[in-house]
Amino acid sequence: MSNNNSYLSNYFHRNGRALGSIGYFVLLMIIFFIGAPEAWIRPNLHQSVFVMMPTLIFLTIPLVFLVASGEIDLSFASTYAVAAYVFALLVKNGVDPAICFVLGVFTGAAIGALVGTLIVVFRLSSLVASLGVLFLLRGVILLLTNSRSITIMEVENHWIYPLLVGNFYGFPMQIFWAAIFVIFCYYFFNKHVFGIHIQHVGDNSVSAEQMGINVNAVKIKAFMFVGIGSAIGGIFTTMITYTFFPTQGFGYLLLALAAVFVGGTPYWGGLGTIIGAVFGVGIIAYMEIGIIAIGWSGEWRQFFNGLIILLALLGHRLHGERVR
Amino acid sequence: MENIIELNKVTKRFGGITALNKASLKVTKGEVVGLIGDNGAGKSTLIKTLVGVYSPDEGDIFIRGEKINSWNALKARESGIETVFQDRALTPQQSIVKNIFMGKELRYPLGFIKEKEQIFEANRLIREIGFTSKLINAESPVGNLSGGERQGVAIARAIYNNAELIVLDEPTNNLSLNETQKVFDFVLNVKKSNRSVLFIGHNIYHVYDISDRFVILDRGEVVHQLNKSDVSTPEELMKIMRDTIKTH
Repeated sequence: MSNNNSYLSNYFHRNGRALGSIGYFVLLMIIFFIGAPEAWIRPNLHQSVFVMMPTLIFLTIPLVFLVASGEIDLSFASTYAVAAYVFALLVKNGVDPAICFVLGVFTGAAIGALVGTLIVVFRLSSLVASLGVLFLLRGVILLLTNSRSITIMEVENHWIYPLLVGNFYGFPMQIFWAAIFVIFCYYFFNKHVFGIHIQHVGDNSVSAEQMGINVNAVKIKAFMFVGIGSAIGGIFTTMITYTFFPTQGFGYLLLALAAVFVGGTPYWGGLGTIIGAVFGVGIIAYMEIGIIAIGWSGEWRQFFNGLIILLALLGHRLHGERVR
Repeated sequence: MENIIELNKVTKRFGGITALNKASLKVTKGEVVGLIGDNGAGKSTLIKTLVGVYSPDEGDIFIRGEKINSWNALKARESGIETVFQDRALTPQQSIVKNIFMGKELRYPLGFIKEKEQIFEANRLIREIGFTSKLINAESPVGNLSGGERQGVAIARAIYNNAELIVLDEPTNNLSLNETQKVFDFVLNVKKSNRSVLFIGHNIYHVYDISDRFVILDRGEVVHQLNKSDVSTPEELMKIMRDTIKTH
């Protein structure tokens, strides 16, 4: 009996936060359904959520890795635009879009590596330093583009367009890519040395160092992963709309961060949940679109976003304080 | 006798403070060395240099007679040196199994973890160490364990890796009598299997009981070394220690 209890309690220790975030998601769906059943059964509502979710997933899931490692990054919202800019500029100049995609993702990884190195080597606060980079990179883009957008209709005729963001029996392709990304990240976080080391480093970096884990390298790789995720998100969005906007990505800054924490990953490091984050993204995306769908005015959106973050935080508190 | 590790005139400074001053120390196969000294004598710095957490500013490190150029914690572990740190070096939010395999996970070629094998081995080690509570299994978080149980996890990690030299930094601190006895039994078992132990403590009775050789450290310098046969009681060892520190 006691053994059963211990397995149960270990199960909740491992999965409680993910289950909590699934619970909030279901609750939100029920509220929306009761609020506006006729709007809720219309497929176009869910379609627009499905268009928004993949981008948020590419931004949010890598942030779970970074937050679990004990760091935070705000600059991803600008990295998103820089990578998309590199992609759009190269496409415009006649480079093969597939190569542009790879170079765009590489740009994201490079920015992540630079930000991470800056923070780790000089022991800067990741919150403040990445805030600086957020503004700096956005400024660079605005200066380089003169605040003008770039239209790239030409990607439509290239094979990567239907492959990455085309239509598959009525479903946008990016949903499948996001799903593959989530599955990959689940195993990467929970079953791979990289994810396990991230959890040790975020839990107690002194212990990790004493056991021979290269703490700085682990953290820099986590920043790189965030850069890669933002680059993919930025390039996907640019392809979907055929346009690069110099301001693109800024709107996702707070939404992606909210999704991480609503999803049940605590801010203090050492723990994280990929499944929870997916439902966190679901909650945020449905909030953004659902409020309008049930006939309330857009002014309510931020109010409810705020409310759900606070409620989620209070709920996740049930999983207890940080153990030391 | 084969030397497992030898530090030769190692100096370590932190800012303007010299924590270790030309300290030399060697551990040979199958012996238990007790490192003693007052608080602030440099015991922890010496240990952390020995196991690669700190890199020395001056001096040489030899592993089995071979000079090592760059030394770090991972290399120390790969050379067969495992450490039970004073702070246990655990990550409390993670499971026992993750802690036991921290930094030396059992891996498939692409870096994915052999989870089942790790859990099986961890459960075996938990039984071997003798956790009494049925509530504890390999997947319990370390944060739920008592001080002695946490020490057990740190020791399990050192055993699993089959180290040739196990370094125990103040292993009996904050432990009950029963738990302290367990640590002693562990040290004797390691010695029996012809492996070596470096035991650090400021309880001289503990160090005296299990060591074959004593190294006295004071203000970052190794001031005296003697064999167990040179002293007959812990009180005598204590007196020698006091005298060498005074005259130093």
